[in-house]
Amino acid sequence: MTSPGTDHAAPRATPVRRRSARRAQAPAVAVVALGGGIGATARYAASLRWPAAPDGFPWATFWVNVAGCAVIGVFLVAVTEGRRPAHPLLRPFFGTGVLGGFTTFSTYAVDIQRLVESGRPGTAGAYLAATLSAALAAVWLAATAARRLLSGRRR
Amino acid sequence: MNWLLVVVGGMIGAPLRYLTDRAVQSRHDSVFPWGTFAVNVTGCLVLGLLTGATAAGAADSPLRLFLGTGLCGALTTYSTFSYETLRLVESGARLPAAANAMGSVAAGLGATSGGYALARALCA
Repeated sequence: MTSPGTDHAAPRATPVRRRSARRAQAPAVAVVALGGGIGATARYAASLRWPAAPDGFPWATFWVNVAGCAVIGVFLVAVTEGRRPAHPLLRPFFGTGVLGGFTTFSTYAVDIQRLVESGRPGTAGAYLAATLSAALAAVWLAATAARRLLSGRRR
Repeated sequence: MNWLLVVVGGMIGAPLRYLTDRAVQSRHDSVFPWGTFAVNVTGCLVLGLLTGATAAGAADSPLRLFLGTGLCGALTTYSTFSYETLRLVESGARLPAAANAMGSVAAGLGATSGGYALARALCA
């Protein structure tokens, strides 16, 4: 998905301009859909490979989210701060589509609620805090490492 | 068949997130990532409703795979949420960053519980 500072501010639209703006968005929407299908499938595969017990720590979703955050940290630094400009559809496809479809906020929230409902508030709290802190640490470390690599190559 | 339901759900959820984010972000001038906040809370509400309907025996497995794993999973995102929080910290907006992290989790959990309770009440 997009980040603060991207060019969202489109000029106020007349119907004609709005229609052409919509047409201009079509390739991005298509690659986001394609990427979203791939990302969601990969997450489903992980949930089948490592199924969580009804009252256990949801490890599959935890690692999916942390890994997705690490990859987006590297990817978006490479795309936005790299020397060569990236293809305009690369970020919608991989960042918004694949990684956005791979990681999930709704399953995270529902798993916390399910753990509380099944009498495991301790596990719920640990899962809530562990995912939030690991995800933020992962995106920060990955972005920092990528930036260092990029500046090392420039020197 | 299960895989197809997840793929199609993901192919709907991700572009919905993209278009919603663009629409929301073009309508405000603040640094706060309201677009991602909106899709995450909406996805939590829908998945809460679905989970409540499942607990009441009113949602079957294909619907859960399509709407829950596929659509809601792809509509919501943890990676962009984390990245946008990091960007806020890096730009010096520490308070909005903390508000985004805490607020998204709190609102997401509130939406999930609300949806769950509502679906259980409606399906009972």
